[in-house]
Amino acid sequence: MKLVTAIIKPFKLEEVRSALTDLGLQGMTVTEVKGYGRQKGHTEIYRGAEYAVSFLPKIKIEVVVPSGTVDKAVEAIVRTARTGQIGDGKIFVSPIDHAVRVRTGETDDSAI
Amino acid sequence: MTFGPLRRIAVLAAAASLIALIADPALAQEAKPPAPTPNKGDTAWMMTATALVLLMTVPGLALFYGGLVRTKNMLSMLMQVFFAECIVVILWVLYGYSLAFSEGGSFNSFVGGFSKAFLAGITTDTNAETFSDGVVIPELVYVCFQMTFAAITCALVVGSMAERMKFSAIALFVPLWATFVYFPIAHMVWYWAGPAATVAASKALAAAAGDAKAAAQTALDAVTANAGLAYQWGALDFAGGTVVHINAGIAGLMGALIVGKRVGFGREAMAPHSLTMTMIGAALLWVGWFGFNAGSALEANGTAALAMINTFVATAAAALAWMLGERMTKGKPSLLGGASGAVAGLVAITPASGYSGPMGAIVLGIVAGFVCMFFCSTIKNKMGYDDALDVFGVHCIGGILGAIGTGILAAPWLGGTGAFDYTAGKIGDYDMMAQLITQAKTVALTLVWSGVGSAVIFAIVKALVGLRPGTDQEREGLDLVDHGERAYNY
Repeated sequence: MKLVTAIIKPFKLEEVRSALTDLGLQGMTVTEVKGYGRQKGHTEIYRGAEYAVSFLPKIKIEVVVPSGTVDKAVEAIVRTARTGQIGDGKIFVSPIDHAVRVRTGETDDSAI
Repeated sequence: MTFGPLRRIAVLAAAASLIALIADPALAQEAKPPAPTPNKGDTAWMMTATALVLLMTVPGLALFYGGLVRTKNMLSMLMQVFFAECIVVILWVLYGYSLAFSEGGSFNSFVGGFSKAFLAGITTDTNAETFSDGVVIPELVYVCFQMTFAAITCALVVGSMAERMKFSAIALFVPLWATFVYFPIAHMVWYWAGPAATVAASKALAAAAGDAKAAAQTALDAVTANAGLAYQWGALDFAGGTVVHINAGIAGLMGALIVGKRVGFGREAMAPHSLTMTMIGAALLWVGWFGFNAGSALEANGTAALAMINTFVATAAAALAWMLGERMTKGKPSLLGGASGAVAGLVAITPASGYSGPMGAIVLGIVAGFVCMFFCSTIKNKMGYDDALDVFGVHCIGGILGAIGTGILAAPWLGGTGAFDYTAGKIGDYDMMAQLITQAKTVALTLVWSGVGSAVIFAIVKALVGLRPGTDQEREGLDLVDHGERAYNY
């Protein structure tokens, strides 16, 4: 099992969700986050006052997938979340030791 | 509102009719005109206009200001504007109306007296004169209409000290400022004896012969002298460029300087928390301003219509100018710029709205849009004071542009109306240079009276209750610290 954590542009969420669902993945957790990478921030001007806004709004998707599906899931996210512009986001993959479904007590692959 | 001889004329007319009565009772009876009765159309319009000016303050100004502060200070902003409206409404009927719009004895040039305190003598049957001889509206309507002006002026001031002035300080400042600054300035600029007395005394003078001539002249002089100082000078301020906007603007600057900068000013982001609210507020201000400007004609007539069209075009021109200015200097036109430009245009056209032609109003709006934008975005930053919501940059600068602009645009050869001379019964010859000097004097009078008066009042408030919350409290936000509630509970 792997945890795929993807930081994407907010307006790409629906496309990414749809592509992951097509792979047969049955759930995900989504969080509204703020941050910056190479895109840095932008400048906002209110009358004469200029503010550098460093942290831009992004969406973080967390989805746990069976090890065999990881490459397909990552490929699906990259394909759907990409605009080609700076700020498209990042994907991190990390191992998951154990998983339990609360309702039934099922574990690991059958729990995700 | 520039003619002062009304009361003197009344005295003269009374004297003249007394003489006539002795000479020929039948003739005197015939010459006595019937007491004017209010026109229902005028009355209905003025009641509507009064409600429109209230709309400008709550919710208009409250939302305009509220959207510009941070989330944690939203309620404090709404509350300060709401409080100013409520307290001034009460003060107005207790003694404010009397100080502004009654005869003030030996201090009459500066402030009225207490003869109408607690609305003494004002009933459903008493009337207030408009600007036409023989036209009146119920005095209670006039009391209410002028009340809304006093309230919005006090509410305008609080924007410059936004996000860092304690509510207790505001609660003390507003009544003091209304009493010692607003009521006297309203009296100085707007109080006069009225058209009927002026016209009657002028006619008596024209009819007088021989020895009676000197007496008639004395009587007319007494009527014209029964007016506020700026009115006697001949200042033109149709709807309150000096009384409302310069007055509030300079007081706001004094407040910003005396209370000091917000914690974190210049280092932390203080972006407006909801420009949507600000846009709603600005739009309500524009709508309400038709009551403010067109209502200042005091009648439903052509002058009101002129003020209405000027309130449309000057506002639109100023909003476009500010947007264009931002596009040229910053690369992008902003909504806040458009809304600020609209307010700057409304401010600038206020004193000129019943005197300028529509084309002149467009020019005035364009100038106000560019100048106020330059002031708020460049000059203010260079000077480094923290006028949080640009009360000085929009209202005082825009007000001065409007007051001076009125002297230019009222000229009949520029499409203006000129100024009506009640003693001659016609539009007077227009001397632009003399008028500009009068306008400048009135601006200076307002700046000095309000500037000094406000500084003294802020000092008193500071000594009595203090102006600012603690630094930690300011960081927490005035909503929780002053009012124990927060604007948004998601």
